[in-house]
Amino acid sequence: MASEAHGAEQGGLEFHPMDQFLVKPLFGGDHIGLFTITNVTLWMALAVIAVVAMMVVGTRRRAIIPSRGQSIGELAYGFIYKMVEDVAGKDAVKFFPYIMTLFMFIVMANFLGLLPMSFTTTSHFAVTIGLALLVFVTVTVVGFVKNGAAFLGLFWVSSAPLALRPVLAIIEVISYFVRPVSHSIRLAGNVMAGHAVIKVFAGFAAIAVVSPVSIVAITAMYGLEVLVAFIQAYVFTILTCVYLKDALHPSH
Amino acid sequence: MATKTTDAAGHAAEAASASGMPQLDFSSWGNQIFWLLVTLVVIYFVLSRIALPRIAAVLAERQGTITNDIAAAEELKAKAVEAEEAYNKALADAKAEAANIVAAAKAEIQADLNAATEKADAEIAAKAAESEKAIAEIRAGALESIKDVANATTAELVTALGGAAEDADVAKAVDAQMKG
Repeated sequence: MASEAHGAEQGGLEFHPMDQFLVKPLFGGDHIGLFTITNVTLWMALAVIAVVAMMVVGTRRRAIIPSRGQSIGELAYGFIYKMVEDVAGKDAVKFFPYIMTLFMFIVMANFLGLLPMSFTTTSHFAVTIGLALLVFVTVTVVGFVKNGAAFLGLFWVSSAPLALRPVLAIIEVISYFVRPVSHSIRLAGNVMAGHAVIKVFAGFAAIAVVSPVSIVAITAMYGLEVLVAFIQAYVFTILTCVYLKDALHPSH
Repeated sequence: MATKTTDAAGHAAEAASASGMPQLDFSSWGNQIFWLLVTLVVIYFVLSRIALPRIAAVLAERQGTITNDIAAAEELKAKAVEAEEAYNKALADAKAEAANIVAAAKAEIQADLNAATEKADAEIAAKAAESEKAIAEIRAGALESIKDVANATTAELVTALGGAAEDADVAKAVDAQMKG
């Protein structure tokens, strides 16, 4: 009620920049259980369809001289494959499908989220923390399986003076456990902030005097968001590669 | 009634609009993470079973095709170089042969020419000798005739001057005059 009165005072100017992030059940009801089909489900399913369209449908002809769609799929493949090989090393190539999965999901979810009226799954901390924890657990398990206790050498900076090493070890351990936090908040924060800012500008468009400015600002923000959508997917993926490199080669 | 409706509408609006960040509404986290895992598993299987092996095969095949094409091109290039060499060699051979033929023809012609010149020289020499002989004969014939005429004239002159012309004396005198 209070917000309504407030809106009336401002001449119909209403800001609900966070409404776009609401998780709602698709088929009625208020309760969100573990398996409830929500807008999250819908937009994740659309991301899957987009990945299938790009990577499977686009490459169905297996042409030596690729069509436009096929070259996009090949470009994505080459981009991530080279990243894994360059950043994480040759022996990390067997993790390539895993990293490709993460990249394709994030990049598709980010770009689908740029469609008007859409829901951006990667703007939710639940999703990005899920992704980051998946990477964290994978990297830690791989580190211990590959190197055994030697993986703990990651925290023991052997190039530093002996007296400093325990202090550095504590810092290294903290930074190791902060990784999933920064990894996830960076992605969700960037995506959420951009979408919220666009919504705020869109709210201003209701006032005739400032609407041209508002529309220009929305356009500019949208352009920036297109960049952010790709760059954040890239950053998430390359950090995954860096963590994987630490797990495979823990020596400093 | 009216208040009730507005109340209900207000309540609905409150429920629909986000109070704070929906991201921090932990009641939906389980749901989101569940669907995230489902999504990732589906994408992982689609990529690792279908898309990635297919693209890898296409890229390998393309690499193979390119390598083969380059090899074929190199082979063709080598063949072209070989053909050029053969052509150049044939050209050089032909030139040498032509030079030989020219030299042989020249020598032959020279020989023919020499032979013809010699023959002509010999003929000319023979002709010259014959002509000389004829000229000598003619000259000798002319001297005789002059002697006869001189003898006759001398005899007539002697007779006309009242002398007795002895043929032998006349002849002797004429001879002596002609020699002098």
